Amino acid sequence: MSATLASHTPALEVRDLGVRLGDATILHGITLALPRARWTCIVGPNGAGKSTLLKAMAGLLPHSGTSALLGRPLPEWPHRQRAQHLSWLGQNEVSGDDLTVWDVVMLGRLPHQAWLSAPSVADRAAVERALRSTQAWDWCERSLGQLSGGERQRVLLARALAVEAQVLLMDEPLANLDPPHQADWLAIVQALVREGRTVVSVLHEVGMALHADELVMMAQGRVTHQGACADTATHRALEAVFDHRITVHALQGQWVVVPRMNALMKSHHAD
Amino acid sequence: MNARRASWLVAALLLAALLLAALGVCVGSAGFENLLGPLLNPGLDPDATAMAQRIVFDIRLPRTLGAWGAGALLGLAGAVAQGLFRNPLADPFLLGSASGASLGVALALAAMGGAGGMLGASMMNSGVAVSVFSSSVWVRLGLTGAAFGGAVLAVLLTLVLSRGVQHTLRLLLAGVVVGVVLGAMTHLVLLFSPESLQAMQAFMLGSSSFVGWTAAGLMALVWVLCLLSAWLLARVLDGLSLGDATARSLGLPLGPMRAALVAVLALATGTAVAQTGLIAFVGLAAPHLVRSLVKTTSAWLMLLASGMGGALLMAADTLARWLIAPQELPVGVLTAVLGGGYLLWLMQRSTRLGRGGGW
Repeated sequence: MSATLASHTPALEVRDLGVRLGDATILHGITLALPRARWTCIVGPNGAGKSTLLKAMAGLLPHSGTSALLGRPLPEWPHRQRAQHLSWLGQNEVSGDDLTVWDVVMLGRLPHQAWLSAPSVADRAAVERALRSTQAWDWCERSLGQLSGGERQRVLLARALAVEAQVLLMDEPLANLDPPHQADWLAIVQALVREGRTVVSVLHEVGMALHADELVMMAQGRVTHQGACADTATHRALEAVFDHRITVHALQGQWVVVPRMNALMKSHHAD
Repeated sequence: MNARRASWLVAALLLAALLLAALGVCVGSAGFENLLGPLLNPGLDPDATAMAQRIVFDIRLPRTLGAWGAGALLGLAGAVAQGLFRNPLADPFLLGSASGASLGVALALAAMGGAGGMLGASMMNSGVAVSVFSSSVWVRLGLTGAAFGGAVLAVLLTLVLSRGVQHTLRLLLAGVVVGVVLGAMTHLVLLFSPESLQAMQAFMLGSSSFVGWTAAGLMALVWVLCLLSAWLLARVLDGLSLGDATARSLGLPLGPMRAALVAVLALATGTAVAQTGLIAFVGLAAPHLVRSLVKTTSAWLMLLASGMGGALLMAADTLARWLIAPQELPVGVLTAVLGGGYLLWLMQRSTRLGRGGGW
């Protein structure tokens, strides 16, 4: 009974969540539940508050309202335990150019290690798995500063994967990745979900976002819609949140997003 | 592979320290050839032997080892500061410790009526040293205490102004403000106590000339303490290099750990400054030099930057004694010239490599 309850508890849940930065209100009382073992994608126009919402859900930003991870209020989680269950991949945060790729990815194992203990065999195996899955294994001994933007992103993704957490939050994980590696990322996320893990990502690439299980749409600090990617209602909401300047079509069994050129022209003329 | 390279560098720095220590013992106003005879033939002239032993074991050896200790403390503090602020230009004096120590010394000198200055001047005229550290035991103890107290109080003031250690930018700005204000206060004190000017100048230029066994032992003790603490906290610095949010997501309690790192920074800098005055660029250059030789984790960097700082200051100290022997240059002047030249070269190199923003 309790196992069934646990599996029905959302991976992440926020109620009346608000975030203010100085005088500006970034998020206005958001209530949201994200299911387990699913990939949920948060999309919306620039400045909608997507990254702020993700950061608040990860407990990395002071906020009003309540937030829970795997059914337990976020403030009640001890730091290390929370870090074992929730992995975070931020946007443009890196500066650790002097660390080697191996050392960076090994940082992902910190939540699993006792304070002064050396990495265990399990830690090393997890790091190797993560590096191989992002095809970054060959650069193990290179420093992060020697890598290109896309290569660094793959290493940082490996760092987030090495945590082997139940819930992964990723903010713009496709930044700097070329199309083949975007497809690889998609395969990694789908494999994680098949293993029963929960992935929540903020994506600008709306076409990629339509591969997710669920979409959460945001505009002006509010959630405007939440629904399955395959739903027509979700597609209509997606078009609406982008001011009807995109359209969603089916193509060879996939959903694709096409910019609406007429709308673009109109807006130029209006300018 | 990098750990192996780092181990080799540790061995090389250890060897360099031993060689420089041997060299440091040989260089001084009395030369070495004058001491060698009495040391090798103690029976010939017991007075000369006793004097030679005193010069080598009570003066040159502790000051040479003391120079290594001060350099090691500054190198370690530099590595901590650069990791903590995620800024390659951060140096150990960033939180106002240098200006706090200066004000402490200026106030102490003014209270002594420039006694330290007069003693310093008399020593300078006799060609022994240009140093404020050349006073009697009590005066020296007072000045060292004032420098240390000033450095620690200045860091505490910075922490109060920045309202804790959570925001590194605020901490950095508060450090700049404290540095400027305390610097102005130091000048004001000196304006009303002009007799202290010469001694103050010696403090500002830095010197290891009167580091005895007690001071060398104290620096060694503090270095071990700071290195151990920094080593325990090295993982925080590694985590911080990926950004605050990532470090927090890894379960690192950043607040208390940042406070501990600031304490290490303040203790290491305060101790070095109190014993040797303001020695520029060692804390800034040592971690850079290490990073240009090996890319490694913060734990290794702490140890290597210490070794590099120690070797640098020991070499500069020996050079300062040798360049215009039998007189000597203040070591801070040498480190400033050499360190400035090194940074300029680094800047030119990074411009050539098209890495304008980084180093």
